[in-house]
Amino acid sequence: MAYLDMKNVSKSFGTLVALDNVSLSVQKGTIHALLGENGAGKSTLMNILYGMYQQNEGTIYLDNEEIDIKDSKTALDHGIGMVHQHFTLVPPLTVIENVILGYDKISRVGLQLQKAAKRFEELCQRFNMDISPWAVVEDLSIGQQQRLEILKALFRDVSLLILDEPTAVLTPQETETLFSLLKQLTDEGLTIIFITHKLAEVMNICDCCTVLRNGRVVSEVAVSEIESKEQLASMMVGSNVDLIIHKEEAQTGDVILSVEELCFDDEDRVRRVDDISLAVKSGEILGVCGVDGNGQSELIRCIMGLLHPTGGSISICGEDVTGKTTREVLNHHVSHIPEDRLKMAMIKEFTVNENLALMAYRDQQYGRFGFMNWKWITEQNIKICEEYNVKTQGMHVPAGTLSGGNQQKMVVGRELDREPTLLIAVHPSRGLDVGATKYIQNRLIQERDRGAAILLVSTELDEILELSDRIIVLYRGRAMSTMQRKAATREHLGLLMAGISPKNTTVTPVTM
Amino acid sequence: MRSKLKPEKIFQLYFPIVAILAALLLTAIVISVMGFNFVEAIQALFVGAFGSLGAIGETLNKATPVILTGLSYAIAQKCGIINLGAEGQLYMGALAATIVGTNLNGTPSVIHITITLIAGFLGGALYGIIVGLLKNLFDASELITTIMLNYIAMAFCGWCISFPLKDTEATSNFPQSRAVLESVQLPRLISGTRLHAGIILAVLAIVFYYVFLKYTKKGFEMRTIGLSRSVAQNAGMRLSTTSLLAIFIAGGFAGLGGAIELLGVQFRLINAFSLNFGFDGIAVALLGNSNALGIGLSGILFGALRSGSNRMQMITKLPVAVIYMIQSFIILFVIGRSMFDFRKLRVYKRFAKRKMLQGEKT
Amino acid sequence: MIDTITSFLASDIRTATPLLIAGLGILFSSRAGIVNVGTEGFMLVGALAGVVGSWLTNSSLLGSLFAMGVTVLLAAIFAFFVVYLRADQTVVGVAINTFALGATTTLNRILFGMNTSPPLINVFDVVPIPGLSKIPIIGDALFSQPLLTYLAFLSVPIAWFVMYKTHIGLKVRAVGENPRACDTLGISVTKVRTGAILFSGALAGLGGVFISMGQLSFFTEDMVSGRGYMVLAAVVFGRNNPVGVMLATLIFGAGDALMYQIQAAMSGVPYQFSMMLPYLITLIAVCAFKSKTRPPAATGIPYVKE
Repeated sequence: MAYLDMKNVSKSFGTLVALDNVSLSVQKGTIHALLGENGAGKSTLMNILYGMYQQNEGTIYLDNEEIDIKDSKTALDHGIGMVHQHFTLVPPLTVIENVILGYDKISRVGLQLQKAAKRFEELCQRFNMDISPWAVVEDLSIGQQQRLEILKALFRDVSLLILDEPTAVLTPQETETLFSLLKQLTDEGLTIIFITHKLAEVMNICDCCTVLRNGRVVSEVAVSEIESKEQLASMMVGSNVDLIIHKEEAQTGDVILSVEELCFDDEDRVRRVDDISLAVKSGEILGVCGVDGNGQSELIRCIMGLLHPTGGSISICGEDVTGKTTREVLNHHVSHIPEDRLKMAMIKEFTVNENLALMAYRDQQYGRFGFMNWKWITEQNIKICEEYNVKTQGMHVPAGTLSGGNQQKMVVGRELDREPTLLIAVHPSRGLDVGATKYIQNRLIQERDRGAAILLVSTELDEILELSDRIIVLYRGRAMSTMQRKAATREHLGLLMAGISPKNTTVTPVTM
Repeated sequence: MRSKLKPEKIFQLYFPIVAILAALLLTAIVISVMGFNFVEAIQALFVGAFGSLGAIGETLNKATPVILTGLSYAIAQKCGIINLGAEGQLYMGALAATIVGTNLNGTPSVIHITITLIAGFLGGALYGIIVGLLKNLFDASELITTIMLNYIAMAFCGWCISFPLKDTEATSNFPQSRAVLESVQLPRLISGTRLHAGIILAVLAIVFYYVFLKYTKKGFEMRTIGLSRSVAQNAGMRLSTTSLLAIFIAGGFAGLGGAIELLGVQFRLINAFSLNFGFDGIAVALLGNSNALGIGLSGILFGALRSGSNRMQMITKLPVAVIYMIQSFIILFVIGRSMFDFRKLRVYKRFAKRKMLQGEKT
Repeated sequence: MIDTITSFLASDIRTATPLLIAGLGILFSSRAGIVNVGTEGFMLVGALAGVVGSWLTNSSLLGSLFAMGVTVLLAAIFAFFVVYLRADQTVVGVAINTFALGATTTLNRILFGMNTSPPLINVFDVVPIPGLSKIPIIGDALFSQPLLTYLAFLSVPIAWFVMYKTHIGLKVRAVGENPRACDTLGISVTKVRTGAILFSGALAGLGGVFISMGQLSFFTEDMVSGRGYMVLAAVVFGRNNPVGVMLATLIFGAGDALMYQIQAAMSGVPYQFSMMLPYLITLIAVCAFKSKTRPPAATGIPYVKE
């Protein structure tokens, strides 16, 4: 029998069935991939194993023994550790405080930080990692934080480690480092479950793969038996979604957005945007690529008037908008699809109707003398919902009742309906399923062909490569390079994202 | 779609009613334990509140200021500000109204009443705006500033009626202002009762609240800011000025409440002018779920508690302060409404599941 | 002049004591991410319960314990609504305060009547420390105080140790910053928060007892009059750490002390203005010394296990 056996696990949330009779068996000392789209049930299954949820039905065997995991503490006691997609560290605390949080095996009452730190440093040495136990977690890089999460689990002597989409926040090079660490861990006898939706990663480092779709197991195969990525892809997605983006050559016009020598320092005087210059012309998509947290948010917020730049200038259609308010920027026919829909673009408690009115409500058409003409607005909004395929039970239901894909379509519809001259799209497809992703990506291309200038920020290299006409790479707030799409390769971008300028590859500088 | 909306409408009433019943039940237990006769008390309370035309008039009179402080809490809350300062704003409104109402002799009644009410509104509104300014400029939490300003306002009013505004002709040395002129006293609506025109103003304020939030762009902005400051920022809304407007109106409502209480009931500014109206308003707004009609109805309920409690104290010797307990129970049961949600019970879930499965089959 | 300083210092320390006792409790709930607006109500209930307890048992110690027991019960109700039902913390706090006002006023009238003179009860006696209390100027101020005052100030380093050097303190700090992280490590957010609230309730209650039995020797209606909110302000102003809270309560206590001094010494100042002082000082402190340290990240947000 396998090391871990999850048998016939089912879980539902209300009326939504998240897992339907799922079985999973994992061999000792292997890396086992759990592959599936967003919402396929991967994380739910692993959260059950880690004790965050209770299954409605099904049993779990570890080392041939039935175990009942009622909370994460029990999971840890059984040697099961998990690194979540969103890190579960406490940023203002030190590394060692994070490590021993809730771990009272060294001492029960007092913290005995020195003793714990010594053990932690030994662990670091064994795995060749350099993290000071006295550093404050919020000062660590994302890659270091992830390694700390792994160390936190190892400190508790886990024998089974679950990693939930660990590469989502890493550069290709950091990913390589992670993979070699994982190899080392399995060599020492650890078992790893690796949640992902990236096919290449399964092929690269995993021994075995279980594919989930809509809460059911579609297949379980040894990686050595997989013939091609396409075979895996069709298992994961199911239907034959048209994955190809149809795109013509860009017909560019005047410069719409021009950013020159832009700098921004945050409250702690840390330079977040460092001397960035870029220009976007009408009819083209400029892709901004980089690992999360390398100045993208701040750059966009400066352009949108949400932050005051420390230096440099921004102009839209030749008019200087540096330091202007968001309202003034929006008045230049700018649309913005923000990075975090629920935080920045829509209000769950508002109705669909109200959400759709959020941006253009100041317009005279929306009502005169300071009043809202809801009758006219509703008619207008029904048109938007039809045009952009927003599936809703009506205009007066809370937007929170819509699915994630429909919420995003609602936001995109609202922004595109204003026919912007400049469109800023930040992670427009993050967290969406393949169908909705492709729909939105195709819409962006349509906007480009209509003549909009588009600034696209994404951490997904594939998205950048598919949609952009030109690409700019950000690293620690600096523009590493700007290049034509044709000149860009995945490897080249990967190095730039890690802050390495490859000398011997040819980069075609683009005059702006 | 329509059939799905209906149960939600019913739930809007279900929770407040259950909350009131639960609060009464709990009060019954508490005062029985203290050795009082609950049935007698509730009877006296009810008769005191609705037993006669005069009693009903008194109930509506008492409802008026708490409806206004309820609106005060509600409109600020819609814009994301917790206004615990209605008490102080009410005092400052009453103070402004006292100054205008005791002077300007010879002004025609309608005009005098109007400007006195406006003075009351502005007194509260300008005092309210301090909270907004401190929040905008110094990031000072309104939880603390509003409470501190309440005490400061009360002490300030206390000083005013002891010195500059003191009624020197009065026989006692009790600190109080002169009575407002007869031309500014609110007209009685029904003769033989003390019911004054204030309740009409309260209804108008409710209508204003409803229309403002639902049908104006400023109201839309306030609701957006209240639910998500970051969305409002992205939409180019002006956060600080809109918040200032919200707390201005909120303070104005409370100040208006103070002015009406002065012109309709008390006529003089005294120490302990407000019977905790400011904090009653919070309960009114919560019970009414910040909904215009709901605030009106719960305002009347709280007015009834107030007017009935005097008779209750007379007959059963149970102190009036008991109604604070009832109020707090109502707040708790409204805010903790999820414990009454039978949809979360296992029995109901099973029932609903079966119903759903049946629906699928047919 | 020296007499004035001494009596001012003594009075400052004494008025700061209830704020400090409650503040050290509220510090823990605040660090766990709870905005405890109900502090005012806890203190008020504590003030009455202490008097009642002392009146019944004839012992100020038993009276204090009784009061803490009662406020812990009240805190349990607060915790039930805030932690288990995830209700809005401010609103529940306001409800607790309203309840406290109603319950204490009612009970006070029932038990002690309205107009009769207050009952004679056993209160906190001043315990001069031999030797030290003879030091000029500060001796009388610092070392001629009730026992509870010494205990309150001695508790500051203890609170510091617990907060920064024990598992309990680490858990409290972590729960306020990132409850989900704690959950994934098997720490029960519910238990930690409930514990912090109960603890804060007990200490706030004791703070209330000190107002009725340390500063005065009877209960009056609404006698806490905003000090609960001052405690909240002191925790924010004291940057969420024990030493800061102590300094903040000494500053806010000075407002109270000054009020008494002015009332006693300067008859020209209307007493309404001296009454405003503690509130004005708190208001100014909250505004002028905008704290650079931010409150715990999860402040005010109920934790929903996903």
